[in-house]
Amino acid sequence: MNIAVCVKPVPEPRHYDKIIINPATKLLERKGIPMIINPVDKNAIEAALQLKEQFGGKVVLVSMAPPDTRETIKEGLAMGADEAYLLSDRAFAGADTLATARVLAAGLTKIGGLDLILTGSASADGGTNHIPSQLGELMGFAHLNHLTELHLEASTIKMKTKIENGYVEYEGSLPLVLGVARELNTPRYTTLMGVVIAQNKPFTTWGLKDLGLDPSNTGLSGSPTQPGDLHMPQHGQKAQMFAGEPEDMAGKIIAILRTAGVLD
Amino acid sequence: MEQQPGAVWVVVEQNGGILAEVTLELLGKARDLAALGGGAHASAVLLGSKIESLAEELIAHGADQVILMDAPRLTLYQNDTYALVLAELVKKHRPEIVLFGASYYGSELSATVAAKLETGLAAHCLDLYINDRGEFVQVVPAFGGMILGDILCPTARPQLASVKPGMFQKPDRDTTRSGETLIETPTVLEGYASPLKAVRVVQSQPAGLPLEKAATVVAGGWGVGQEAWHFLDQLAGELSGAVGCTRPALDEGWAAGEHAMIGTSGKTVRPQVYIGFGVSGATHHMAGMKDSGVIININKDPAATVFQVSDYGVVADAKELLPVLLEKIREYKGKSKSQATIKCIQ
Repeated sequence: MNIAVCVKPVPEPRHYDKIIINPATKLLERKGIPMIINPVDKNAIEAALQLKEQFGGKVVLVSMAPPDTRETIKEGLAMGADEAYLLSDRAFAGADTLATARVLAAGLTKIGGLDLILTGSASADGGTNHIPSQLGELMGFAHLNHLTELHLEASTIKMKTKIENGYVEYEGSLPLVLGVARELNTPRYTTLMGVVIAQNKPFTTWGLKDLGLDPSNTGLSGSPTQPGDLHMPQHGQKAQMFAGEPEDMAGKIIAILRTAGVLD
Repeated sequence: MEQQPGAVWVVVEQNGGILAEVTLELLGKARDLAALGGGAHASAVLLGSKIESLAEELIAHGADQVILMDAPRLTLYQNDTYALVLAELVKKHRPEIVLFGASYYGSELSATVAAKLETGLAAHCLDLYINDRGEFVQVVPAFGGMILGDILCPTARPQLASVKPGMFQKPDRDTTRSGETLIETPTVLEGYASPLKAVRVVQSQPAGLPLEKAATVVAGGWGVGQEAWHFLDQLAGELSGAVGCTRPALDEGWAAGEHAMIGTSGKTVRPQVYIGFGVSGATHHMAGMKDSGVIININKDPAATVFQVSDYGVVADAKELLPVLLEKIREYKGKSKSQATIKCIQ
């Protein structure tokens, strides 16, 4: 069983409060924030590795990202994936989700022979949830997002996806594109041995020409949506502040609740 | 009747014949946008089986037109069948804007339809408006809500957007409104075999009052801790409210579940009163509660960011204050009840 896992290098979410908009350039500044593999993409890698352990085959990583993300992507090789493909070209910069899905689909098609394509349900930075569905459509594969359970039985795949206050059970067959939710599994830790072995695993970089893509379909120029201004959420109200003994503070709060009409 | 270009569509989300709140919220917004678009239609696109009775309700909440497709094949939502029929309807009627609720279904369906039509889609929008250049601006969160970005869709049509529940006011129900119902048939599904099958939908309402319907929301954050968390449930009980939480409190497993999380990737609440305990004020959480009526926060750090969106700030350790407040409220309620009893006797 040949499985591809699409991964995205993202700035580490724990540091998102350090991101600012430069008032002069209006661009995002995220200096010094380490890059990691999008956390839920690691759940997708874990799912792929478990299927490989069960059914054999190989696990390849595919990422559309700048060339300096090689070391980040190698984290996935250190977890146990067999090969990595970095799809990188200046012409891919500024892509929205549709233009990203086109590049990923071209890379996956060129790799070929894939039974299953997994990815995280959403990225920590953009957080759109679009890629699993859009990739599925462009590949012509059936697709589901927010996958919380996956069981392969003979030729039938049984799956559960997350919805508000519950889940949906699905049945299907390969090939599929699946967006994985973090509830699916717990990603394994990388071992020192894994990191060492990862250095010698095949790592291929493909650009626009390798993928036979037209630059008008990729990057910012191939994106139907265009980014406008960025803002920081504005807060600035001045609260009336109280401090003192718990009994007195409780009395204040009761008075406020009564005035607001929620305590008779 | 052929639809004029420029219509604003809302793709209806319903579950067992009950309309999702976000659908009604979007109908109000669709009417505003349609009015700005030179009196175009605000249309509700209703897909399902045995759901025609919902058309009236959609009109009462602001739809000028209901595009109804009622077929057994559409009983359960599936991204393939729903996206196929929606893409066909879009090609036929050519709306300007198509809005979806950013629920699990809505975000998957919108992404699928956008890829089929190769058009633009903005995700989890927090606001939608027409700017002074006449462009449709879609405001989306990025980096967990730390940054907001404007998204434009200059040439591709229709412009698709999924919108976070709770961002817009639901219009008042007005049964005197009239609108047309346009009946469509899913011819595109004839001879189409789904590669996937939705077998069963399992949903359970969490116990207690849904967070987004509660007049009082008692929210807990990191500063409450596991030991004191149960006081929040008791306090919400005394105030006939519901308990919400921040992302860290959910990750720690103190809160009841994902349905209790307030924030960019959780619920947006606007209760009469929000009272937060040990909430630091991460942008993610504040985006989900800042429009509440009266906001009270209790935090031991006088410089906590959460005080910036609060009406009242109490500098105190949430763990210590919670049991005292609970006792005082019980005492007060007991007293006011006995006073009321005395009043009755007199």
